[in-house]
Amino acid sequence: MAEAARDLVRFLSVAGGRLVAAHKPWPRYTLDLAGWRKLAQTLADVPHWALIDLWAEPDQAHAALRDEISGAIAIASLACADRRFPALSPARPAADRLERAMRDLFGLDAEGAKDRRAWLDHGRWPVGGDHAKERYEFLPVEGEGLHVIPVGPVHAGIIEPGYFRFTASGETVVRLEQRLGFVHKGIEGLMAGRSVAEAAKFASRVSGDSAVAHSLAFARAVEAALGVEAPPRAHHLRALMAELERVANHLGDFGAILNDVSFPLMHAHCGALREKTLRAADAAFGHRLMMDRVVPGGVARDIDPAALPALRALIAELRRIMPRLAHIYDEKTSIQDRTVTTGVVSAAQVNRFAAGGFVGRAAGRGFDARKSVPYPPYDALAFDVPVLTEGDVNARVWIRIREIEQSLGLIEQIVDRLPDGKISVEIPVATGEGAALVEGFRGEVFASVKIDGQGRVVRARPRDPSWLQWPLLEAAILDNIVADFPVCNKSFNCSYSGHDL
Amino acid sequence: MALILNLIVQGAQMALVLLLAPLLTGVVRLMKARLMGRRGPSPLQPYRDLLRLTRKEAVLAENASWLFRTAPYLVFAMIWVAASLIPTFATGLIFSWSADLIAIVALLGSARFFLALAGMDIGTSFGGIGSSREMMIASLAEPAMLMIVFTVSLVAGSTQLSTVAAFMQGPDVGLRVSLALALIGLVIVAIAENARIPVDNPATHLELTMVHEAMVLEYSGRHLAMIEAASALKLLLYVSLIACLFAPFGMATAAAGPVAYAAGALAYGGKLLGGGLLLALFETSIAKMRVFRVPEFLGVALMLGLLGLVLLFVTRSL
Repeated sequence: MAEAARDLVRFLSVAGGRLVAAHKPWPRYTLDLAGWRKLAQTLADVPHWALIDLWAEPDQAHAALRDEISGAIAIASLACADRRFPALSPARPAADRLERAMRDLFGLDAEGAKDRRAWLDHGRWPVGGDHAKERYEFLPVEGEGLHVIPVGPVHAGIIEPGYFRFTASGETVVRLEQRLGFVHKGIEGLMAGRSVAEAAKFASRVSGDSAVAHSLAFARAVEAALGVEAPPRAHHLRALMAELERVANHLGDFGAILNDVSFPLMHAHCGALREKTLRAADAAFGHRLMMDRVVPGGVARDIDPAALPALRALIAELRRIMPRLAHIYDEKTSIQDRTVTTGVVSAAQVNRFAAGGFVGRAAGRGFDARKSVPYPPYDALAFDVPVLTEGDVNARVWIRIREIEQSLGLIEQIVDRLPDGKISVEIPVATGEGAALVEGFRGEVFASVKIDGQGRVVRARPRDPSWLQWPLLEAAILDNIVADFPVCNKSFNCSYSGHDL
Repeated sequence: MALILNLIVQGAQMALVLLLAPLLTGVVRLMKARLMGRRGPSPLQPYRDLLRLTRKEAVLAENASWLFRTAPYLVFAMIWVAASLIPTFATGLIFSWSADLIAIVALLGSARFFLALAGMDIGTSFGGIGSSREMMIASLAEPAMLMIVFTVSLVAGSTQLSTVAAFMQGPDVGLRVSLALALIGLVIVAIAENARIPVDNPATHLELTMVHEAMVLEYSGRHLAMIEAASALKLLLYVSLIACLFAPFGMATAAAGPVAYAAGALAYGGKLLGGGLLLALFETSIAKMRVFRVPEFLGVALMLGLLGLVLLFVTRSL
């Protein structure tokens, strides 16, 4: 194939694509059936076109793709006249669950997909499809001395529900099959038809630990669609919230991962530090998780000036204590024995699934939306994106430790140079289409939105990074022992709520 | 009259271990919480938990057999008997003739046998995982324990605990390498047998990592209370055993009178506290090991026991 044809945007424009002018900031092309078929085939030959998202409207299928070489993002759309579209999953395994969810939620059938089972629809919705009423057949496993360990969907700890079906040979896991969808809330359906302001509240609640990331992605998508730009002070406050969210969650994960190898001392320390971070967020923005603080047009509430010294004190304390905790983590052979070489995800796997966040960056995929698809104010701030190559639990822990350090630096820079001015601009009532990619603590959060002339959301799509990370957990646990699953799972810390929608 | 008094003292010993066991568990939990910078629950919490469990309804699986229902009582009885056989505040009590180290190992082994059977009775996967892991650990812990028993009894010239404790208190003991090896081995066995970190985590909620807890996951209500009480008794048993064998100071001798008994009880309380603190310190400073590392860990105990035994023979023949 000619080198030029490997350029994503070029390909879409020559594959019979019609550019949709309203879509911002990245080009969206409407393909015909032949063009989409060609895309599905070409994806198999061009590994560097990362599938960001695949989602549906009642009569359309959309795929967001990123050319990992040129960095260009483009969206391909297909009008599904007979409610069918050629599947992308044969070329991109990450599309498998997305396609099944499209069928569950919008009845669009992925032609040529290998897995025809329902995903989010468990056959209990009054409006669900008939395909979900059938008995859910788990993948067969055959062999001498294998046994099945069903875990969940309700777990013993205070965590979200999900079903894990292990097939083990003695203590070694031969297959893990996940079944998710237990916390489906119909968020996409609830957002459709609401005003932008109302929909923003739902975006903030896609996944509670990523309240800022999801509301930021939605807000930026709306702003792109309507052609407005948030004021500089809002950009900085948004980044401040996003970094506080990242620090709090990474601290929580760091402690929780170590609690899962039965080292509760670190859990206690990290829990206290996380709590201090959340209290600082509460003092600064009036909400511990900063829910509904990022809104289309800017931020809903300015930072409390009295909280600035508290933020500086928090940074100083974290800078003092984190190296000590990292040192304990690094020095304890009994911990290292549990985390090093456990739950390895290869670079090939993360690239194939285009997994972001600590899952991708621990296995050599250096994608970080703040650097790779820069948006303000990160383009003007100094920070590094730590990348490791081992891909094991230990690497995912270290990525988190390093990211906490980077985030502290970012918070410091933002607090030092917080520009004055307005914190939001008016959102016009107009039609538009937009998309955005922002970096949450788990990875890149993608949002797409279509707004009609009355300022109502026609279709909003929040895509949590977990969609691309959950399948890798199935791969990571292979050949590990059953008892190591909790620590692998915690090192991924995928969102159930964000995935189940 | 003397017989009645002796029976009363023996009875006091049986009641003492039963009453103290939950307190020891509570104290260890409290110390661990404090070491982590948490406030922690009151040391009396295990008593409240037991009371709460006895008041609750016991939920049974439909296919639970008689074994599942009786195992908790059997296990509790066996461990209680084993725990009350160990001299705590005084040696030479009226039942001390039966306080044989091998009998104690046998009682603990039988208790585990019934619990493992009960774990598999309902047929859930976690019960099976727990039972299989527990038996894997037991198959290594029991021989190690026996090696240690042999070492100690060869030194003392008896497998009877009262005699051993009296011997250890006497001047003939001296510093013996074999005994030091046996002590380390016994501590390792005690950690494994009581499902403590790094072998198992008594506080975890993660089904997949559990050993002992997975085995008893299906129990509830009064059955669970029995099992929890048995676990507390087992911890007390091992601390008492280590104290009796390797730190027998302060123990009253047979028929020494109330004052000596009181002093013995005080010393015993101190030993329990010390043992609990050491356990809490150790558990806070180490992460749990992979399930497959447990055999290596217990193998060390077995080798130490064996080494102690061999050393004993070698030094004797010189």
